[in-house]
Amino acid sequence: MAAASVRSQPADRPEFVREIGDIPAGLRIDAPLTLWERVYRIDAVRQATLLVLLAALWQVYATSLNNNLVLPSFSETLDAVWNGLVTGPLLSRAWTSVRVLVLGYAAGIVVAGILTLLAISTRLGSDLLNLLTAMFNPLPAIALLPLALLWFGLGQGSILFVLIHAVLWPLALNTHAGFRGVGETLRLTGQSFGLRGARFAVKILFPAAFPAILSGLKISWAFAWRTLIAAELVFGVSSGGGGLGWYIFENRNQLEIPNVFAGLLTVIALGLLVEGVIFRAIERVTVRRWGMQR
Amino acid sequence: MSSASVAVLPQPLLAVRGVTVQYKTAEHLVTAVYRASFDVHPGDRFVMLGPSGCGKSTLLKSIAGFIRPVEGDILLESRPVRSAGPDRIMVFQEFDQLLPWKTVRDNVVFALVETGVSRRDAHERAQLNLERVGLATFADLYPHMLSGGMKQRVALARAMALEPKILLMDEPFAALDALTRRRMQEELLALWDDVGFTLVFVTHSIEEATIVGSRILVLSPHPGRVRAELNVPAGIEARAALDRRIHHLLFGDDATGRAVRTVHGGR
Repeated sequence: MAAASVRSQPADRPEFVREIGDIPAGLRIDAPLTLWERVYRIDAVRQATLLVLLAALWQVYATSLNNNLVLPSFSETLDAVWNGLVTGPLLSRAWTSVRVLVLGYAAGIVVAGILTLLAISTRLGSDLLNLLTAMFNPLPAIALLPLALLWFGLGQGSILFVLIHAVLWPLALNTHAGFRGVGETLRLTGQSFGLRGARFAVKILFPAAFPAILSGLKISWAFAWRTLIAAELVFGVSSGGGGLGWYIFENRNQLEIPNVFAGLLTVIALGLLVEGVIFRAIERVTVRRWGMQR
Repeated sequence: MSSASVAVLPQPLLAVRGVTVQYKTAEHLVTAVYRASFDVHPGDRFVMLGPSGCGKSTLLKSIAGFIRPVEGDILLESRPVRSAGPDRIMVFQEFDQLLPWKTVRDNVVFALVETGVSRRDAHERAQLNLERVGLATFADLYPHMLSGGMKQRVALARAMALEPKILLMDEPFAALDALTRRRMQEELLALWDDVGFTLVFVTHSIEEATIVGSRILVLSPHPGRVRAELNVPAGIEARAALDRRIHHLLFGDDATGRAVRTVHGGR
């Protein structure tokens, strides 16, 4: 600092080499975790605990409120679910909803697949997908329902139409982004093995983009659920029997509020089931195993 | 006329004749390589050496068939190279050249099956080549569980299993730590001794070029033009002399130690 010409020399110290010797007694290098630590590491245990806590909170608050027209308690809701399942129409209503949902979801996936394949094979297809997504993705599916009713009438056709709309855009957007994100090295490697066209897409692009595709599937699944329940709330009847949305609407009109909550709880339970069992299982054997996601 | 030094050469395995490679960025047309010509003969360890931005990777990619030259010919066994194919397999610098959704073994098997090898033969060849690179015990792991050096070994095993006419390597060890890089260079030489492939190897390190190569093509920077083709002698002294000669070729007389460092250290 004072004089630039004086370069500081490293201090002169003696060298040393020492024997390491035995590991001190009592030093744990590889100790098993305690039972508590192991249990706490299980995702399902932590999440189930949270669910129980939330239910308890609901129960306590509803009991203190003591007004089951505004908020029935958790136990009353469970009762309503049980009655609805055993004697009432809850099971068939849920089945109606799930059937239409799966149908619309699958159709949406197929259309999204076709659009994305078009988008990766030609530049014009890519422009088309970008344009359509920008136009239609912000459009709430339910806003198309009046139009759908005009075109397809009161029934399953209209619901399928809005479901496909709800699934298609977010899924196509994610899948296309995933395909474009596949690295140059992986692409060239695939080319070296002589993979072209559809085989290249199926064997290289699809698995490489799978994390993005899976997140697209999850998002569009949630969108599909929302859209379906909202659509059923609006006009309910689809080919003979209503779905869960109709069940909720009907019971609210009759002021059977515990049944309304039973319907909502069923929607939530089905959502948790798909997310926690199906999507998690897919994640475990794919993106997690491949180290693409933690 | 026919003295010992001017022996008639056999037909080259790979002939590059006046190749110019250009590519377009958003605003520019860049000439990466200008009228490069050279021959690679069977059993060569042919190193393309030059500073960053001399177009050596681009040249290697056009040999692989990923990029079309705008001028000149690339002939493999006298046949023009038109597209990528399993007779020219590239080992890249990047670790993500392995398919993350396949185990180490399946990465090798997949490449073989896709190029027309029967599944049974593919498994045998995968096993043999994973043993060659010392990774047979890791065959059932996924790539993300391996270290960088191990990933590059798998890529090398996969490339060797395909038995290409030419093995192309694009700075395959540049992303490894110095100790691992040194070991990989030795292992590559040992494999060349055992298996006897033809290698085209791109590097920006003069040291690596003299260790790995049997013949070195020196490229000038931007656009890449052939500056020299040199033989690598045996013996540490002779190699050190070659090292200095290449420095001189690349940097001229006024080359400072600093400039040399940059080329050595690299990425």
